[in-house]
Amino acid sequence: MKVLVTVKRVIDYNVKVRVKPDQSDVDLANVKMAMNPFCEIAVEAAVRLKEAGLASEIVAVSVGPAACQEQLRTALALGADRGIQIDSGEAPDPLGVAKLLAAVVAAEKPDLVILGKQSIDGDNNQTGQMLAALLDWPQATFASALALEAGRLRVTREIDGGLQSLELNLPAIVTTDLRLNEPRYASLPNIMKAKKKPLEVKSPVELGVTLKAHTRLLKVEAPAERQGGIKVGSVSELVEKLKSEAKVI
Amino acid sequence: MREAMEFDVVIVGAGPAGLSAACRLMQLANEQGRPLEVCVVEKGSEVGAHILSGAVFESRALEELFPDWRERGAPLHTPVSADEVYLLKDAERALKLPDALLPKSLHNAGNHIVSLGNLVRWLGEQAEALGVQVFPGFAVAEVLHDENGRVKGVVTGDMGVAADGSHKDGFMPGMELHARYTLFAEGCRGHLGKQLVERFGLAGDTDPQHYGLGIKELWDIEPSRHRPGLVIHGAGWPLDKDSGGGFFLYHAENHQVVVGLIVDLNYANPWLSPFDEFQRLKHHPVLKQYLEGGKRVSYGARAIAKGGFNALPEMAFPGGLLLGCDAGTLNVAKIKGSHTAMKSGLLAAETVFAALLEELPDSAWAPRWKAAFEASWLHEELYRSRNFGPALHRLGPLAGGAFNVVEQNVFAGRLPFTLHDREADHARLRPAAECPPIVYPKPDGVLGFDRLGSVFLSNTNHEEDQPCHLRLADPAIPIGRNLPLYAEPAQRYCPAGVYEVLEEEQGGPRLQINAQNCLHCKTCDIKDPAQNIVWTTPEGGGGPNYPNM
Ligand SMILES: Cc1cc2nc3c(=O)[nH]c(=O)nc-3n(C[C@H](O)[C@H](O)[C@H](O)COP(=O)(O)OP(=O)(O)OC[C@H]3O[C@@H](n4cnc5c(N)ncnc54)[C@H](O)[C@@H]3O)c2cc1C
Ligand code: SF4
Repeated sequence: MKVLVTVKRVIDYNVKVRVKPDQSDVDLANVKMAMNPFCEIAVEAAVRLKEAGLASEIVAVSVGPAACQEQLRTALALGADRGIQIDSGEAPDPLGVAKLLAAVVAAEKPDLVILGKQSIDGDNNQTGQMLAALLDWPQATFASALALEAGRLRVTREIDGGLQSLELNLPAIVTTDLRLNEPRYASLPNIMKAKKKPLEVKSPVELGVTLKAHTRLLKVEAPAERQGGIKVGSVSELVEKLKSEAKVI
Repeated sequence: MREAMEFDVVIVGAGPAGLSAACRLMQLANEQGRPLEVCVVEKGSEVGAHILSGAVFESRALEELFPDWRERGAPLHTPVSADEVYLLKDAERALKLPDALLPKSLHNAGNHIVSLGNLVRWLGEQAEALGVQVFPGFAVAEVLHDENGRVKGVVTGDMGVAADGSHKDGFMPGMELHARYTLFAEGCRGHLGKQLVERFGLAGDTDPQHYGLGIKELWDIEPSRHRPGLVIHGAGWPLDKDSGGGFFLYHAENHQVVVGLIVDLNYANPWLSPFDEFQRLKHHPVLKQYLEGGKRVSYGARAIAKGGFNALPEMAFPGGLLLGCDAGTLNVAKIKGSHTAMKSGLLAAETVFAALLEELPDSAWAPRWKAAFEASWLHEELYRSRNFGPALHRLGPLAGGAFNVVEQNVFAGRLPFTLHDREADHARLRPAAECPPIVYPKPDGVLGFDRLGSVFLSNTNHEEDQPCHLRLADPAIPIGRNLPLYAEPAQRYCPAGVYEVLEEEQGGPRLQINAQNCLHCKTCDIKDPAQNIVWTTPEGGGGPNYPNM
């Protein structure tokens, strides 16, 4: 069984995001970047399938500029067999990414595609679902457990107020939630080996996809800073302030 | 059993010293067509993540390493356009020193204002392109010795160990990295360097190393107040006359300034808080005129080793070398250590490469290193500035400063005598009861800030469930001795608020160590009066994530 995993290069979760002074975007200059944590979980899920003898090959795919090869190398160090970078320049919106991935799926013919449920930069939570729709494949999003039995996939999903168990036919799409697994560390020998694993670069044109922007970024603003609290002397003062200052009653 | 990997040279620390050594080694190997396996191990999550400096950068060593650094796109974008030096007399007044009164070593024409972090990121890319294996995210935890005591490599820290010592799900044991030569370039107060100095008696009868704590911020300022290339240094207020130190404010690119204060860690008053001194410093008109209306974007802190020539240990030991600030190559007269750190790396690469080619034993190699070092401009530069720090420490900022002007400008550091400074910084701390408490103003949230809000901007993080990397040799000392005698100064000298003395309802006061906030500045390891705090490496990848610092 062949598994495709997707990895995205995003701002590291430890970094406090800063808006550019002209509010045109978030400032990414010399900021630490890393693999999206949900993608790490996707890679780990694929590697565990391979270790269990259920998957034979893992292909990691990333859409973005050349810098995202760094995250592909990380995926290779964690256990993926080969990488594909789709050189799209700056990241397209989710539909663009889903179309590019659908083209890769058509070429690679995997039995299972595992994606993160969302990336921590855009928080869109759309790519997996769109890919399933484009391919007309069954999908299980927000997976917190995953098992493969007799060629069928059993997935536990985290939903509001509980868990849902699904059974899917392959080929299928899975998107990962936080509790699916705890990703491993890449070891030094594996990091060195990863440098020698195959990594292809493909352009959207080669994949026959024309990218179109469906959204436009107008402006980015930092959230308003929280004001310190105040102490009130009496109930009537509280009511007064709620009326006149907070204007909530 | 731990697994092992073999290299010709292993380098600990991807700073200016370590990366310069790595690049030069591969340049030499490539020139001579000899295969060479070199790796650099860095505890930061990426190369540059833990680098914090000023920095006014002198390009001499870079020029030697990459004469074509401009074409290669080294991030030296802002030439120094003007130098100003101030003596702050109080919270309002300042004396601007005329050029003639400045020691020559403080003139910066021809230098560049850089982010050393970004320069190091660039050096990391050059190293990888040359064929060096660069491994960020791995801390080197131990030194390995062979049966004769010769250093034969290092061990990286275990990953995935829980606070109670048990192994978590993803546990990965450390890896042995064996090498014919191991170069230690951990920067100021390296925790392995410290062990090596002790084990091999490298310090001999040199002066004890002296330190300063540098605290720094990066600000976006109003474009109308920005003067690219302006370098401002100064001393005086808010530090009292018994506490040495100085501030800097550099106008970098993109309407940003860096501002910082370096406080000498030989201060005596345990009530002193370098962090709070820095926060109030920014209210002085000399600094405020630029910062007002701006926004702070980053914060961090790092100790510097400023003992210079007189405190420099032997750098060579069986199996390797101490490089850069791990040895103490900073030139205190210029307050610059990055070009000297780089030069030590270049010299190391050249001697080690020759030794590998000729298969020299240590007995033949170490004298060659010494000869190469002594013939270099690095040695000359450090020798000439040897009296600068001790003069300030012994004669005070005014008389010492005057001595330095005369010595550096008239005699160019060639006077035939040497001033010494023999008391270790931590030993200078006086009992709290003998010193006046210092009352610091409450931060206004505009120019001055509190510790936690500041640490937030350093992007520092450590996996929470791991053993505490700040070890107490004797856990009873902080509350039993430091608290009654010195009002536990760690609460104030730590720039990240890691040490807190909490009053418990039962059982009296208790020391809490918030190790996740640690900035890896090393001050606690230096200044604890009982030398009871031992800084060790946390899990690799932990610590600050400085952008542009
Ligand atoms: C506030 C401040 C201002 C300064 N201003 C200037 C200036 O204007 N001009 C100038 O030239 N110099 C300046 N300096 C000094 C300069 O920054 C240092 O001299 C220089 O960084 C030393 O280089 P290094 O390679 O020896 O060490 P560092 O730059 O400290 O690098 C050491 C590296 O090793 C890593 N490391 C340490 N221990 C381990 C371990 N056990 N395992 C793995 N990795 C490890 C660290 O994370 C770090 O990346 C300033 C310093 C400070 C603090
Ligand atoms: S705990 Fe020590 S090394 Fe860490 S920030 Fe505080 S003083 Fe610096």
